[in-house]
Amino acid sequence: MTARPAYRMQFMMCAGTGCMASGSLDVKTALERELVKRKLQDEVQIVMTGCNGFCANGPLVVVYPDGIFYQKVKPEHAPLIVEEHVLKGRVVEQLLFKEEAAKDKVPLLKDIGFFSLQRLIVLRNRGLIDAESIDEYIARDGYAALAKALKEMTPEEVIEEVKKSGLRGRGGGGFPTGLKWEECRKYESFPKYTICNGDEGDPGAFMDRSVMEGDPHSVLEGMAISAYAIGAEKGYIYVRAEYPLAIQRLQKAIEDAREYGLLGNDILGTGFNFDIEIAPGAGAFVCGESTALMYSIEGKRGMPRIKPPRSAEAGLWNQPTNLNNVETFANINPIILNGGEWFASIGTEGSKGTKVFALTGAVVNVGLVEVPMGTTLRSLIFDIGGGIPKKRKFKAAQIGGPSGGCIPTGMEDVQIDYESLQGAGAMMGSGGVVVMDDSTCMVDTARFFTNFSVDESCGKCIPCREGLKVMFDKLTDIVEGRGQEGDVEFLIELGRHINSTSHCGLGKSAANPVLSTIRYFRDEYDAHIREKHCPALVCPDLIDFVVIEEKCKMCGMCYRNCPSGAIIWEKKKVAKIDKNKCTKCRTCIMNCKFGAIR
Amino acid sequence: MRSQRHSAVARDDIPYKEGFEVPKISIEDLKKIKERERAKMVLREGQFRGKITVHMGTCGIAAGAREIMSVLRDLIAKKNVLDVMLTNSGCAGLCAKEPMITVELADQPPVKYVLLDKEKAARIFEEHVMGGKPVEDFALGRGSETTAV
Repeated sequence: MTARPAYRMQFMMCAGTGCMASGSLDVKTALERELVKRKLQDEVQIVMTGCNGFCANGPLVVVYPDGIFYQKVKPEHAPLIVEEHVLKGRVVEQLLFKEEAAKDKVPLLKDIGFFSLQRLIVLRNRGLIDAESIDEYIARDGYAALAKALKEMTPEEVIEEVKKSGLRGRGGGGFPTGLKWEECRKYESFPKYTICNGDEGDPGAFMDRSVMEGDPHSVLEGMAISAYAIGAEKGYIYVRAEYPLAIQRLQKAIEDAREYGLLGNDILGTGFNFDIEIAPGAGAFVCGESTALMYSIEGKRGMPRIKPPRSAEAGLWNQPTNLNNVETFANINPIILNGGEWFASIGTEGSKGTKVFALTGAVVNVGLVEVPMGTTLRSLIFDIGGGIPKKRKFKAAQIGGPSGGCIPTGMEDVQIDYESLQGAGAMMGSGGVVVMDDSTCMVDTARFFTNFSVDESCGKCIPCREGLKVMFDKLTDIVEGRGQEGDVEFLIELGRHINSTSHCGLGKSAANPVLSTIRYFRDEYDAHIREKHCPALVCPDLIDFVVIEEKCKMCGMCYRNCPSGAIIWEKKKVAKIDKNKCTKCRTCIMNCKFGAIR
Repeated sequence: MRSQRHSAVARDDIPYKEGFEVPKISIEDLKKIKERERAKMVLREGQFRGKITVHMGTCGIAAGAREIMSVLRDLIAKKNVLDVMLTNSGCAGLCAKEPMITVELADQPPVKYVLLDKEKAARIFEEHVMGGKPVEDFALGRGSETTAV
């Protein structure tokens, strides 16, 4: 028996159509000839492979075992390759696959601030999979966590793992998810339900929408695991009807999962039954509150009720119910697959894992970002967000929507975690971050959020229903020039009453925007009330509409842009504003580059 | 009271018609699907040498992603390109710079393009997808995002 020659090296010659066309057969012949010439034919094997995919740079030769990738190889290179690479063991630099010069100008994603500081757990599949393909989700370890939970873990072990992870509710409250599941498991009353809260209502928030649209199966899988843990067989996704794409993709995902038997009866042959239904909501902010949400699913008016009993004991149709946010559910798959300890290794002492934020407002990179807990606000806004556009200055960031508060300039180094934000007078909320620059009036901002809460108050509790209205009217007085000494004190007192005597989370936090803007921007309130002047030049009634002569550079920008012809200007002359014609539209202010109008 | 409320759920609590058998997949099948799809996604073995992903979250669609999609689809049909996969995905995170696409050719890092329109998409198709050379004018960056998982 002849011993088979043991090749020490292999040339993988691409024999795809592209490389054949560019002459790979000639290269092969040349290489063979060269090998024979040097008596290396028993040491080096030439293998013809299928298309390598990089046809533009063919003919291609990949040399193993080192995996060196040569491109645009010509027959005349054969002696060089054999001499240098095979005999001397040196790589032929000139034939190496080089990223073309033009390509080097395209930076690596990991060198771009927006991407480099993010850590993706919830958004692990973003932009990578087709949201409507269950197979692509499975390819990225989808449903592997469900399989692991059902086959290898008891419900108690699942709960233990989630507890160990330190995962806290991502909808705003921050209640430990594992404890919630454990509580719900305790009650021996069936059927039980698990609900996904997709009623994302904060102005400027779109985290949940993006997850439901981009990776719907991650929500379904998280829900199925929670159902297994608590002992439920039915789940609902409460999502607002304003999210048609999310509903459509969730629906497709549910149907595909049913077809595969990943929802329905006897899932993965384990005897576990679970199915999910979408419950579209009409878009009331208060329906993001757990009990109101459940009433809404039942077909009743969405109003919070008094707790206890908690939903874990008597929720939907008075049965034990677990309610988690979209983002919370999307965290479950990685926790089950990688273990609670892995998750707990990310983040801070009290806040584990990552948080998704919708970055909006006066920031360059408006978008969706996921950062580890403990990232500073500065990093979020400047390194990831790219800073404030139009060379303006950062003034404040509203975190947590109408229930949260603002964090002013000077406090950018606050860490983003549940406790630190609370301490700064804001709250984690669901993750909306509205960045404001120095052209924002904080009194006006507080009035905007109060107006939102007035509209969205369900009307059940008097402090919220009436108190917010009074608060809104008072703020309107202030921005329209009718503010009086003592108004701020009144707002503080009223705000504290609303927060302490309302029943649900909406009312309990509805005064936060006012209280936190007073806390950090008291001087702006005082300027509105005492000087009848809006420092940010936003409130039309509190602007003089007078040109400051020393600052005017006589450029005529105001003159050219004024829609009502109220500016009197000639070349090399300071502009003037004709008060009779001025409609206080602020166009001149927005166009003046020198801040010469007050 | 409780049982009465409970009865309300029974109506819609029927996932399948009785007696209707649905083929179920097993855990083994999950692994097989994973292997199969992985191979497809890394563009090695399969019949594809390239993949174009149009990011079609609400943000992308609002900015015109559907138009980009149809331009690319038309080009692929017109030139009868059979080895390039055209697919869509959700929001890529940088909503301010939508519409975005990601172009990935085998053995090259994926390149993300931002702020596109029909003409730009056509140029990317010509120069990058067909010509193999990224269009640096509209490229944001190359490579993939790092996930914590």
